[in-house]
Amino acid sequence: MIAAAHTPYTVPIGFMDALQVTILILVAAGATAVVLTRRHVHQVLVLSVYGILLAVLFLAFQAPDVTLSELTVGAVALPIILLLTLAKVRKREE
Amino acid sequence: MTPAQRRWVSAVGIAGLAAFYLWGLSGLPGFGDYPGPYGFIVLHLAVKQTFATGIVSAVNFDYRGFDTVGEEFILFAAAAGTGVVLRRLRGERERSAVDEAADRDVPATSDAVRMVALLFTGPVMVVGWWLTSHAQANPSGGFQGGVILATAFILVYLSGEFVVLKRFSPVALTEAVEAAGAGGFAAIGVAAVPMGLAYLTNYLPKGQFAGAVSSSGTIALISFFVGLEVGAAFILIIGELLEQTLLIRQGDR
Repeated sequence: MIAAAHTPYTVPIGFMDALQVTILILVAAGATAVVLTRRHVHQVLVLSVYGILLAVLFLAFQAPDVTLSELTVGAVALPIILLLTLAKVRKREE
Repeated sequence: MTPAQRRWVSAVGIAGLAAFYLWGLSGLPGFGDYPGPYGFIVLHLAVKQTFATGIVSAVNFDYRGFDTVGEEFILFAAAAGTGVVLRRLRGERERSAVDEAADRDVPATSDAVRMVALLFTGPVMVVGWWLTSHAQANPSGGFQGGVILATAFILVYLSGEFVVLKRFSPVALTEAVEAAGAGGFAAIGVAAVPMGLAYLTNYLPKGQFAGAVSSSGTIALISFFVGLEVGAAFILIIGELLEQTLLIRQGDR
């Protein structure tokens, strides 16, 4: 929060805190949703949305580079790998 | 052991874990309160020392470059491991899954999907290269850029067929690019040693203006090689998994 004193942008006091708290709650809800989703394909999609929520969280905590990593890995790469694995396992069961 | 006893054992374990966790939490600094000097020192010195305005890249590829080499080789080992585990074994024959179900038609790729994939391939490629080549100026870097570059190849798969993806990124070429990326990073570091400098010292000229594309010496170069390595590794891993999904291997258990 020290950096905020030096930035030329004027953000209303308390706005960033409110944003951070809101997103933390959303992330907690998203993580719970991932665990509670029973069907695997649905679960992968919920996981992808959860990855996007985490990316927004990192952005709100002023870590744009981690946001980029989380977007690429958490929201795209990991769901693709999981979906392909599910497709393979399902084919074996048939 | 009866279920009741087991419950007691786990209750003791959970209580112990909770106690240690809360004890650890109570010792943490307050939210947003940063007591360490390292971050402030880096913030003050990084731009002057490295001429990189993307200070995260300066830390990743210069100050803590040694850590990043390790991370780089984690991905390298993962791609190699995927290739080894999913390789074609002796006595396995490959057939396309399409031949297996002769009575069913393969649903054609819809025009909408093909259109979107074709439209996005070019811009995604540009964004990937931009992130890879601007690590010294922006919060980006070879890692993120590399994954996005790999995504462009997956869009090629979406817009066409697996065969097209293979033609665009033959395994031998992709493996060579991956090795060049990983080896390039390590070689940049080793090249400092004969000059009498420490491994991964930033020995290249830093340029005139902080944050210019040509600034920051080895940081920009390392980011480029990381981009090659990460992009190729992701193409290899996803290509192997696609092959597993789309091809049926005889004697496959």
